[in-house]
Amino acid sequence: MNDFSNMTKPTAKGNWIFFMAFVRKEFHHIFRDKMSMLILLVMPILMLILFGYALNTEVKNSKVAVYDPSQDEATRAIVEKLQVNDYFVLHRMLKSPDEVDRVFKSGEVAMVVVFSEHFYESLVHGGKAQIQLIADGTDPNTANTITTYASTIINNYQQELLKTGAIPYQITPEVKLLYNPSMVAAYNFVPGVMGMIILLICAMMTSVSIAREKENGTMEILLVSPMKPLYVILSKAVPYFFLSVVNLITILLISVFVMGVPVAGSFFWLIVLSLLYIFVSLALGLLISSVVNSQMAAMLISAMGLMMPVMLLSGMLFPTENMPVALQALSDIIPARWYIIAVKKIMIKGLSVGSILTELAILGSMAIVLVTVSLRNFKIRLE
Amino acid sequence: MISKTQIPEDKVIVARDLTKKFGNFTAVDHLSFEVGKGEIFGFLGANGAGKTTAMRMLCGLSKQTSGEAWVAGYDIARETEKIKRCIGYMSQKFALYEDLKVWENIRLYAGIYGVPEKDIAGRTDDLLKRLGFEAEKQALVKSLPLGWKQKLAFSVAIFHEPKIVFLDEPTGGVDPAVRRQFWELIYQAADRGITVFVTTHYMDEAEYCNRVSIMVDGHIEALDTPNNLKQQLEAKNMDDVFHQLARKAKRTEQ
Repeated sequence: MNDFSNMTKPTAKGNWIFFMAFVRKEFHHIFRDKMSMLILLVMPILMLILFGYALNTEVKNSKVAVYDPSQDEATRAIVEKLQVNDYFVLHRMLKSPDEVDRVFKSGEVAMVVVFSEHFYESLVHGGKAQIQLIADGTDPNTANTITTYASTIINNYQQELLKTGAIPYQITPEVKLLYNPSMVAAYNFVPGVMGMIILLICAMMTSVSIAREKENGTMEILLVSPMKPLYVILSKAVPYFFLSVVNLITILLISVFVMGVPVAGSFFWLIVLSLLYIFVSLALGLLISSVVNSQMAAMLISAMGLMMPVMLLSGMLFPTENMPVALQALSDIIPARWYIIAVKKIMIKGLSVGSILTELAILGSMAIVLVTVSLRNFKIRLE
Repeated sequence: MISKTQIPEDKVIVARDLTKKFGNFTAVDHLSFEVGKGEIFGFLGANGAGKTTAMRMLCGLSKQTSGEAWVAGYDIARETEKIKRCIGYMSQKFALYEDLKVWENIRLYAGIYGVPEKDIAGRTDDLLKRLGFEAEKQALVKSLPLGWKQKLAFSVAIFHEPKIVFLDEPTGGVDPAVRRQFWELIYQAADRGITVFVTTHYMDEAEYCNRVSIMVDGHIEALDTPNNLKQQLEAKNMDDVFHQLARKAKRTEQ
């Protein structure tokens, strides 16, 4: 029993065997914890569906009331066009302008269309006719969206009139939305959700699982053992790397087959880009775990320090171009921002890899910096 | 500085003026002692006396500010990697993985400490048989009672037959009956030649040690066999000894 001679120096093969044993242990932690499983496998799908459908900025079937004192060819045509559209449902016709106030207060409708008197006549003779679109400004996003839709529909009608030559030559501003002509929100959200989920799984789950070892005292045992700290850390990252890849594939499948967002560009480069981003996120997780000692702190830092900036500053919800310069500068250091931009280029716009070289370079440098800092920070000796 | 050749053959731990400072605070103050092979060495002291800090230095978890120490013949400042391979460690936090099965925990730690792959399965069965845990082999550790977990944690810590095992308050929170069973395991380990370095604040446990040191305010106030200490201080038990010495403490809890 007392034979120390078999306590040989760990060999490369021995290290590999126990590295794999460690990876297996990590998977046990994940698969035996319902909460982890829920966060890792169900949440990404829920988030995608939530962002894709529920938090949709598209507005469909808005109820519209119309006040039409003219009742002529033009007004009927416009109302008809509004009605056949997916976006609007004609709620009812108003009998007097006084009713406008009332229908908004009762919340019956989202928009009221008010035509001027003698609409068609004014349009044909004066080349000008007035139409008022009234929307509920308490919800500016919706109001903005539906009035834009309505304006577009009215413009289209004008265009038609132009073609028939019924009215004199008139220039109507043309609004055309590139890449997402029908303003499908999923085109915007899928890249954003990908950026967020990968970050969440890699950074939060990795940092929480390392913090858990510190909390439970097992990290101490590991550091007293001959096992190299590097292996401890790497073995933590491996399972989350695999799960992120699984999630990446799930998200892509759902977005292509359920939400109808195509992968317009190179699938290969989309995957390469995503793997690089996964790597950056894992490094962030390791960095977080090197500075915190409790799971709660790891969770808070991941949520507040990563999730919030990603949602608010990455351009996922709000365009970064409109932000104050300071916030724009801040958004530049958020990896998700570059990933989301690059995914949009490859996946939605179908551009070549040449167009995302900048983003690849930025993410690559971030990966190098983060890995270096977090490995250096990981304390071999607990002081 | 003394050279390696001056370390006595039969001493597995040798500390000379081992000191640890945190800023202005001297947690461990010029500690010097020796522990012989196969000895059960009790490392006693009130909370905040510096026990854990001293122990962590010996295990390579913390770097000393000054002084020297050798564990299993290796310098704690320069040969940490070699030391790690011949020690076992059990902390006051119960440190097995709760969501792993009994055999998975054993297998994992055996692997980390470099027990040859081919020996692990057989030795696991031997161990479970000795502990009477055969039926729990497939059980998740979290389903075991605390006393069982602690016995298992100790057995895992010495599974690779280390030269020394460091136990940091291993019996915290368990009842006296279970503590006795635990100490039987410690005796068995010592009989096999494993040196046991144990911190505790249960004075009945101090009686079980071959020799005890009592730390007060970062330095060793007394070091001898329990019987000699009792005679010197004319105390009727170790509890009495401890209180006579600990009364000198100026430091309050950290």
